[in-house]
Amino acid sequence: MIDVVKSLFLLSGAGFMLMAAVGVLRMPDLLTRMHATTKAATLGVALIMVAVSLHFAEVAVVARAFGVIVFLLMTAPVAAHVIGRAGYFVGSKLWSGTVKDELRPNYDPLTHELKSGLETEANATRETRDTDTP
Amino acid sequence: MIGATWNLLLALAWVVLTGDFSGLNLLAGLIFGYVTLALIQFQVDALHGYAQRLPRMLFFLGFFLKELVVANLRVAFDIITPPWHMRPGVIAMPLRATTEIEITFVANLISLTPGTLSLDVSDDRRVLYIHAMFLDDEKELRRSLEELERRALDLFR
Repeated sequence: MIDVVKSLFLLSGAGFMLMAAVGVLRMPDLLTRMHATTKAATLGVALIMVAVSLHFAEVAVVARAFGVIVFLLMTAPVAAHVIGRAGYFVGSKLWSGTVKDELRPNYDPLTHELKSGLETEANATRETRDTDTP
Repeated sequence: MIGATWNLLLALAWVVLTGDFSGLNLLAGLIFGYVTLALIQFQVDALHGYAQRLPRMLFFLGFFLKELVVANLRVAFDIITPPWHMRPGVIAMPLRATTEIEITFVANLISLTPGTLSLDVSDDRRVLYIHAMFLDDEKELRRSLEELERRALDLFR
């Protein structure tokens, strides 16, 4: 019984990672590639780690597997965000099928200022916060 | 944060007083401390709402895992079928999160759910720009993003 569950976890984890690899090859532009790689690979590794902890069933191994999952969940989205953001602002072309882009009109490539599009009266007179860059 | 510290201190006191230095006994101490804090939270202002956080966190974890798997399958389906079903685009999402840590948390969660990738925050920190893969139903997407944000912020407030 436990063998079947373990195999299911391992196979589905490997399947998700295969999906991520195929996605990198097939996806049309940088941002959609980031979609394919980060999330599917994260879920794949998490499933494989669950299978590992089921197989060994020792406190030391389970704790480490848990640690792997937690650190992956903490770092993967940051890496995806940084790569995607850098790629976008460097000017990598979006796919021709892209429906809309609400960021482009709000971004000033000279001053690197990114507006929110919500600049209303209230926003203009708002008090400065300590998080603002001078 | 104060509640969590007290919970840990109570657990340590339990371990010291029972004289059994094992992980299982520490867990028992944590549970007893949690129950104690849940009982006295109505008398102590600093602990208010502490006990409600754990079930909320567990609910959030379940909700998030469900979203993760469902959305992953959707992206996987689009990868393996030859025609592209996706309609990607960049949308601006007004943020309810105000502090830096809340924005970081929400942006990371959005990046983790497949089909959405947080690109940048506007300079005044009021809008999060998100690259989404499936814009067929923009209203539905915005609604689910807002639900994710609301649930995530409930953990902080």
